[in-house]
Amino acid sequence: MIELTDVHKAFGSKRVLRGVNLTIPTGTSMVIIGGSGTGKSVTLKCILGLVTPDRGKITLDGQDVTKGDRDAFLARFGMLFQGAALFDSLSVWQNVAFRLQRGAARRPKAEAREIAIEKLRRVGLTPEVADLFPAELSGGMQKRVGLARAIAADPEIIFFDEPTTGLDPIMAGVINELIREIVTEMGATAMTITHDMTSVRAIADNVAMLHDGQIKWTGPVAEMDDSSDPYLDQFIHGRAEGPIAAVR
Amino acid sequence: MSGATLALAPVAAIGRLAIFAVRGVSHVFRPPYYPREFGQALMQIGWYSLPVVALTALFTGGALALQIYAGGSRFNASSVVPSIVAIGMVRELGPVLGGLMVAARVASSIAAEIGTMKVTEQIDALVTLSTNPMKYLVAPRLLAAVIVVPALVAVGDSIGIWGGYLVGVYHLDFNAVDYLKNTVNYLESWDVVSGLIKGAVFGFIVALAGCYHGMQSGRGAQGVGRATKSAVQAAAVAILATDFLLTALFFTS
Repeated sequence: MIELTDVHKAFGSKRVLRGVNLTIPTGTSMVIIGGSGTGKSVTLKCILGLVTPDRGKITLDGQDVTKGDRDAFLARFGMLFQGAALFDSLSVWQNVAFRLQRGAARRPKAEAREIAIEKLRRVGLTPEVADLFPAELSGGMQKRVGLARAIAADPEIIFFDEPTTGLDPIMAGVINELIREIVTEMGATAMTITHDMTSVRAIADNVAMLHDGQIKWTGPVAEMDDSSDPYLDQFIHGRAEGPIAAVR
Repeated sequence: MSGATLALAPVAAIGRLAIFAVRGVSHVFRPPYYPREFGQALMQIGWYSLPVVALTALFTGGALALQIYAGGSRFNASSVVPSIVAIGMVRELGPVLGGLMVAARVASSIAAEIGTMKVTEQIDALVTLSTNPMKYLVAPRLLAAVIVVPALVAVGDSIGIWGGYLVGVYHLDFNAVDYLKNTVNYLESWDVVSGLIKGAVFGFIVALAGCYHGMQSGRGAQGVGRATKSAVQAAAVAILATDFLLTALFFTS
């Protein structure tokens, strides 16, 4: 279980997180929604230790994430970045097998390649893609490769940062389905940040609405439409009028 | 921003750079090591810089021979051309011009590469894949530059002396055998070694400037462009300042 308690983070004079409290039970899929610049990515990066919170506590299964063996902690995670963040200088299979070629999860090269091709197949890519370079792939294919890299070492927790941004509706649907299937079959804990309400409905067990650095509403996805929370209501219906200022 | 903050900003910047350098060097000596990245850095910094360093040295050696001949003939000392070309190249011009050429080519490319990795979240991706960016990106480049830039300087020295020889023998009518004898006889091993030490220090400066400014890169294309420009400027100024300090250290008693 991931638990955030009163997490604050400011960049200079800009206070991005103003006391985030959130619990993500093990084996569930949490989707954080909210407008641009409300602190969704910062929340996710705080959990991973990519950004250090100014105040508050983040725990994973009761253990403070800032303490203990960092490599062992990160080995439990996989992450799909917004732009896929594939390494340009490495081929597709080397990107997917990156974690399998170094550190505690190190495998022989042939085995790592075999696992990479298997994971590529899992996300709907053929083995011919394995020897291409990221620059030779379309945006949708890059996202799939990023997804294959995120699941390559069978992590317990997977983070998805804007998984469908920049994709056409069909490809977005394919990625949403893949995420749902993979999270279910791996039994992983998932945390997704997105603006895309179609993704929310496809991926989420639970939803959290982040606005102005605080969680305004959280609950099961089935209760989202009847929440009567003005922030959530305005966001999911895409209305210009409401408590969330249209001009930010 | 207050006056005190402004005054302290350069000190803070030097402090950040020093901490970055110490961390980078410490990772050179601590496993895990990344031989593939080290090999790529050797190629990027050394092999691909060879043409520009060689051409710079060739023309510099030739121009140096012409200048020394023209200047020396004013007081009947034009016979010193071979020895002064050799000493000038190996002590000063080889390492400094080689260092500046590598700074222009390599500091910019390292800063642009790492800066782009930063803005496209590839650095964050490295961390989430349990790979320390200082170990994976910085340490191999620092080590490769310290090893390969002295080698580039040695090649540049040889080509520069050869450039002086070509001008001396085919344009200024020096006897070829006498030119080579004068080159060898007046050159001391410390002249060469001091230049190679300078090359190692300049290599470190180039890689450090590229990596540091790349890691500090701001957002977007403008941020990467600014990082690239800052890396080249910082490396060039630091090379010239360090050259003065090392020359004073090596050659003044």
